[in-house]
Parts: sequence; C-alpha cells; structure tokens
Amino acid sequence: MAGLVAKKCITPLVVIRRLTYPEYAAQAAYHKKVVDHYENPRNVGSLDKTSKNVGTGLVGAPACGDVMKLQIEVDDQGKIVDARFKTFGCGSAIASSSLVTEWVKGKSIAEAMTIKNTDIAKELCLPPVKLHCSMLAEDAIKAALQDYRVKQQDIEIEAVKASN
Amino acid sequence: MVADIVVFIGLWLFHLCSLLAKEQTGIDFSTFEFSCIQHSGNSLDICQYVGYLMRNNIFTELIKSRALEKDELRPLYMDFQATTPMDPRVLDAMLPYQVNYYGNPHSRTHAYGWESESAMEKARKQVADLIAADPREIVFTSGATESNNMSIKGVARFYKAKKNHVITTQTEHKCVLDSCRVLEAEGFDITYLPVKSNGLVDLQLLEETIRPETSLVSVMTVNNEIGVMQPVEEIGRICRSRNVFFHTDAAQAVGKVPINVSDWKVDLMSISGHKIYGPKGVGALYVRRRPRVRMEPLQNGGGQERGLRSGTVPTPLAVGLGAACEIAQQELEYDHRWVSLLAKRLVQKIMSEVPDVVMNGDPEQRYPGCINLSFAYVEGESLLMALKDVALSSGSACTSASLEPSYVLRAIGTDEDLAHSSIRFGIGRFSTEAEVDFTAEKCIQQVKRLREMSPLWEMVQEGIDLKSIKWSQH
Repeated sequence: MAGLVAKKCITPLVVIRRLTYPEYAAQAAYHKKVVDHYENPRNVGSLDKTSKNVGTGLVGAPACGDVMKLQIEVDDQGKIVDARFKTFGCGSAIASSSLVTEWVKGKSIAEAMTIKNTDIAKELCLPPVKLHCSMLAEDAIKAALQDYRVKQQDIEIEAVKASN
Repeated sequence: MVADIVVFIGLWLFHLCSLLAKEQTGIDFSTFEFSCIQHSGNSLDICQYVGYLMRNNIFTELIKSRALEKDELRPLYMDFQATTPMDPRVLDAMLPYQVNYYGNPHSRTHAYGWESESAMEKARKQVADLIAADPREIVFTSGATESNNMSIKGVARFYKAKKNHVITTQTEHKCVLDSCRVLEAEGFDITYLPVKSNGLVDLQLLEETIRPETSLVSVMTVNNEIGVMQPVEEIGRICRSRNVFFHTDAAQAVGKVPINVSDWKVDLMSISGHKIYGPKGVGALYVRRRPRVRMEPLQNGGGQERGLRSGTVPTPLAVGLGAACEIAQQELEYDHRWVSLLAKRLVQKIMSEVPDVVMNGDPEQRYPGCINLSFAYVEGESLLMALKDVALSSGSACTSASLEPSYVLRAIGTDEDLAHSSIRFGIGRFSTEAEVDFTAEKCIQQVKRLREMSPLWEMVQEGIDLKSIKWSQH
C-alpha cells in the first residue's frame, strides 16, 4: 500500500520532469567547446605580412573545403607574442585554428613546433570524421614557423652580404 | 504564493485519492461528471473554478512554460525537400483507419475488409486524379525509393532477353543510381547522361544515346537538390517515338506542378507521400496500362496490387496519401503562387545585400520552392552552424562523411570551392513571410561575419586571383 502510494506520488513528477527536459540528441550536435570557439573566435584577423617578425602559413585548398591562414609575430627573444588566423572551413576547422592561436601565444618557437593534432582533437573532442581539421591546424602552425625561419635566414644572409 | 502552494498540494492529493479510488472501487474520478453531484448553485461553477485554480497556479504555469519553451524554440523549418510536415487534414483522414476501421483491405469475407478496401480504392482514385491517370494504373508502395527500385529493376529485368540498355542521368536520386549500379553488376549496359551547366538534360544527346537495345530511360522531373525541372514532355515524346519506356521520379514534383501523364507520355512515375504533406512510409508507382508496361515484381507474395507489389496495403497510410493528393490538387495553384512569392522574396533579399552569390541550376526551368545558393568564400557547413535557428541543408562535403561535395553540384560543373559553399533553402505550403525574412536577414549577417574570417575573401579583396595560387595539397 505504501509502495503504491509512493509510486503514485512519484509518477507525475517524473512525467513532468520528462516533459520539461526532453533529451536532445547530444551526439548529433556539436561539442560545446567547438560551438564556443565558433561563436566567439579568438584572434581572428591579420598581421602585417611584410614585417620581418611575422611568419605566415597558408595551408589547405578550397577544392578540399578547408583553407587556413595562420600568422605569428615573434619578438627578438624567439617568443611568440601574437597570433592571428583566418579560416575557410567548417565549424571544427574554425575551432581548431582558433585553439591553435590561443595555444601558441607566449610559447617559444621550439615549444610551438611540438603542438600535435592529437592534442587539438582531444581538447575539442572532435569526432573521427573531423580529425583532418586538427591535422590541418597542425600543418598551419608548422608552415607559419617555417615561413618565419626562412624570413630570418634571408635577413641574416642580407646582413652578411651587407657587411661584406 | 501560499494559497498557490496550498491549492497545488490539494489538487495533487485529490489526484492521488482519485487514482486510489479507481484501484479500489473502479470509479474513475478523472472523467466523473460533476454535474451529477447535487450541489447548491450551478454545477458548472465547480468545474470552472477548479479549472481556473489549475490554470492560474504558479506551479502549473512554470511546468507548462518550461515544456512549451523547449517546443516553441525549435529552429524554423526551411528544408521542405527533405520532408514535409503532415497536413492536419491528412491526419484527420487517417485516424479512423488506425483505430476503428482497421481491417485488412484484402480480406474478402467480412465488413472490416470491405470497408478497408473501399477506403483504399478511394485513395487510389485520389492519387490517380492528381496525375490524370486511371486508378487501375496506381500501385501503392512504401515510398518513392521502392517505386524507383521496382520500375528500374523490374522493367530492365523483364526485357533482358532482347534489350539490355538503360539510360539515366548523373543528377538522379541515389536510389536510381544505385539500382542502375546493381543492374550493371548483373550485366546490363547503363549510360549515365551528363547534364548541361544549368542542370537540364541535353535532348540531342539523349536522342543520340537511345539504341535499339534500350528498354528504359529514367529522368527525374524536379531535382531535389537544385530544383531544376527537366523538359519531361520533350523527353516523353522522344521516348515514345523510339519505342522506349520512360520512367520519371516525380517525388518532388507531384502536387507542386501540374502533371498529366498522358500529355507527358510517361510510362512509369514514382510518387512519395512525405514530400506532399502526407505520411511517411508510403508512396505510389504509376504503371501505364495502354500501352502495357510489363515488369518483374520485386516483392513476391499473395499477388496484391496486380501482382506487382505483394503485401498488405497499409490502409491508413494509403488513405493519408490519397487525402494529401486531393488536398494538393485543390491547393496546387495557390501553393505555387505562395511559394513563388516567398522564393523570389528570399532570393532578392539575399542577392541584393550580399555579393558573390550564385544560384545553382536554371533560373527559369525550375520549381521555385527549392533554392540552392552558393556563397563564395564561405564554407557551407560553417554557415549552417551559424544559422542554427533555421533548419537547412547543404550540398557541402563536411556534412557527408567523405570530403567530396555533392555529386549533383559536381555534375552541373560547379567549381569545387563553390560546391563546398552551397546551401539549399526549401520553401513549402506552411512557410511564412516572417520565416523567410528572418532567414534572409540571419543569412546576410552570418555570411558577412564568416567572410571577415575567411582568408579567401581577404585575398580577393587584395586583388589576388585565387585560381593562380598553388595550394598545398593536403
């Protein structure tokens, strides 16, 4: 009898609760970290391409549906002080590149080279179909660092030539 | 506030007591007629007062508002090519056949069967009237996919001995293309005709491709991705003159554009229920009787539906399809005018405010309710994510598991980067001007925002020609 009363008391509450909180298919929607980076992207923009402290990496292809441009500004001690990105790609691609710009700020060049796509994918909980976005983000940062290094080498060569 | 709590607890206790009373005595208080209580004063006052107490109680209001919020704040539906909501009139027609007139229409021996059968035949007539056919030429199936499978595989296999060539186009629905692939594996010769850049079939090319061994030509009437309407009358004329059967997948066209199977010289036509505000899980196939189209049935059994599709016809679904067809026939002209108006409004709004937008498919030969726009320098999936308050669909790669864009856009020759940037807007009977305005404004806003984030837009602004850049292949 007591059990019956208890069951009858609980049922309307459960039904009402189910009415008020229908479970959305969380799997089908994006992870909220990706949505957050997408809605409030950090560090969108451009740095001066011609400046000697700026390295620019442009990776991907429009035919593949993903293009990332990553720019880093490095000070004289070899530390990255600013980073900006622009992306043509899906939400996960935008989130990956936004995250990478957040991560490289304040790192040295050597540390920035160690960023791996698996870290990015884990941080954003990317599903398997979107792993290529994180790989492209890793390529973008490596391309930017490479471009900076090439620029610095050119400057050194110029300096050596001038002194001769 | 205190009174609210007291009333709520009181009502809850009353509810509990009535449930317990039902268990013990069998009297159901929930439907108890209060009017039979001899009470001083008008018996109606009690009911009204109780109702008033319940409605204005803060707890019931809270519960109701939370429940409603989740329901009302769903996105706007602008994807009418994927499926359509069921018209309430269709539901009204179906309901008696779900709970009351539930007999098997093929039962010959009792009234349940007879009434079910008469409902099914009435529905058959309604479907036939919409396409100007004879009711005996309509076969109920489980949907346009089954109808397509039946017609392509059935006709090809029947005439296999003498004719083993089938012609179709590259922009057909996946079920048609996949059926053709299966036939190829069986040894048939299939030609997938290319389409022009506006999405239409080249009639000259079709005439040249038809051989003496051709048994079937399959060309869809209205494409579900880009909305182009093929020149069905001319294709029918060509096929009839060359003695070839003509099948058309009219799932997106039935009930939206006027169809006459005799004028169009169509031999087989697939109809889908859930594209014309009918129920999901039902469709029909029109199979011409004069001249007779012979086909091997795909589904064998008790010989229902002229032996072409055995199996119990689902009476409620068939009745729903019939009702949907009748409503569509009555409202066809009005719907077409309404949809054209809204489509023109949407396209004009977007294209006047945003540069570099391309509409895929022929601008004239189309069904206005299916609009496929490519927004250059913005990726389709990111735009869909930005328009999260609107339910849309995209022809871009990221929404499919592979990195390939939609095959229809590839067939009409869209540049690969534009193919990744396309969005399909679907407008239907129940769309409103407010929805279209909201969608257009949101779209304009988000495209501008995403272009600010796009390196391609930046390069174009600087005057760089994107085609000249050597991209790093990933």
